Amino acid sequence: MKRTEPLEMYQPTSLTEASRLLKENGPGGRFLAGGTDLVIAMKEKGLVPKYVVDLKRIAGLAGIRENGDGTISLGALTTMREIEVSPLIRKKYPFLAQSAAEVGSIQIRNRATVGGNMANATPSADVAPALIALGATAKIVGASGARAVPLEGFFRGPGQTVMSSDEILTEITIPKTAAQLVGEYIKFSPREMMDLAYVGVAVAYNLSEKDKLCTGVRIVLGAVAPTPIRAKKAEAALEGQALTEALAEKAGAAAAEESKPISDVRSSADYRRAMVGAMTKRAILNAAAGPARSWVERRDRRY
Amino acid sequence: MNIHFTLNSTQVSREVPNHRLLLDLLRDDIGATGTKEGCGTGDCGACTVLLNGKPVNSCLVLSGELDGADIVTIEGLKLGPELHPIQKAFLQDGGAQCGYCTPGMLMMSKALLDENSNPTEEDIRFALSGNLCRCTGYAKIIQAVQDAATIIRSKHVP
Repeated sequence: MKRTEPLEMYQPTSLTEASRLLKENGPGGRFLAGGTDLVIAMKEKGLVPKYVVDLKRIAGLAGIRENGDGTISLGALTTMREIEVSPLIRKKYPFLAQSAAEVGSIQIRNRATVGGNMANATPSADVAPALIALGATAKIVGASGARAVPLEGFFRGPGQTVMSSDEILTEITIPKTAAQLVGEYIKFSPREMMDLAYVGVAVAYNLSEKDKLCTGVRIVLGAVAPTPIRAKKAEAALEGQALTEALAEKAGAAAAEESKPISDVRSSADYRRAMVGAMTKRAILNAAAGPARSWVERRDRRY
Repeated sequence: MNIHFTLNSTQVSREVPNHRLLLDLLRDDIGATGTKEGCGTGDCGACTVLLNGKPVNSCLVLSGELDGADIVTIEGLKLGPELHPIQKAFLQDGGAQCGYCTPGMLMMSKALLDENSNPTEEDIRFALSGNLCRCTGYAKIIQAVQDAATIIRSKHVP
């Protein structure tokens, strides 16, 4: 494997210092968080950044916090593994923990960060659909101040986001959700582990215990468009209705119609579209059935 | 860049280029060749080391990030003159054939058993899913981790 080229590396200890470094050094720099995308791009694709700003020495960018108002903050440097094993996330949003557990291996997940994963904007990123289904917001800090962008509108295309080159993603915020929220993330890929998604589907909705009414439905598709997308017709099919298998099937068909997959070496567009239908249906029903106790149980669930 | 870090409980202070991969720092600069390079892109796990107690792919870590780090490699696994129970179990059960994936397998197994001293087969398969072995078919590796876990539980090995 090719080696990386010599590198100018800065290690700021504050956001102010990081912004100043970006301003002084101009375009062509790259941020370094876990490095699992950046170092691979440097080795495999011959990327030579003009300079690298390592964000890991900046205090306050790491870790998961539950705030007094019921929101949850994921610092941009929170690793996928931290999300996967966090007792708080596993209890409140097991499908988000699951989506993080779908990324690479434990070795990768100990390095890969949620901020890096969002900023790299890979269409097949696993946690993005789950976070969008939760209505999460990206906090961005730049020379001209801070702003918050709904994650749903954060991605512009493969590798493209709304951030300008002098801005830093600092946090993903999950809003307060209803107690009866249920959700699921399904990654559909040829192998159970260590693979990219053909199709990713996240669903989240409030499910009333008494009459199985679904409200506040959000269905988000990954890997079947240039960015993660909401399947709004599928959401509308489910919204305000009592959950049945037939209804989940109908929502799945709507999602398949809304998806815009491409054909590539991994899969044909037609196959991906058909799988969006099947996986959306399954995700809706899995969400209502509650979280699986193990990945084997989860894998073996079939509707 | 001048970095200070702990390697297998020994303090190291070195002048290294920022872009040197941890894997190359270990193998080429320090001469600790137990850690292997397989794919070089984080898919195979042969280069697994513990960085601040957590298993990572050393082929994707830049030396410039390492100031203050605590690193444990396969050379640091054994307990004094004795092999670690995980190493003994791999030997006894035939958990190694060609041996190239073995250092990574052992470090990942150490990381698993540090967190969970009584893993199920499913736990072991999940933990080792980022470590590829082309020889054993994994059955004997899983057996070895289970046997190591039994020894560790009975003897309170670190």
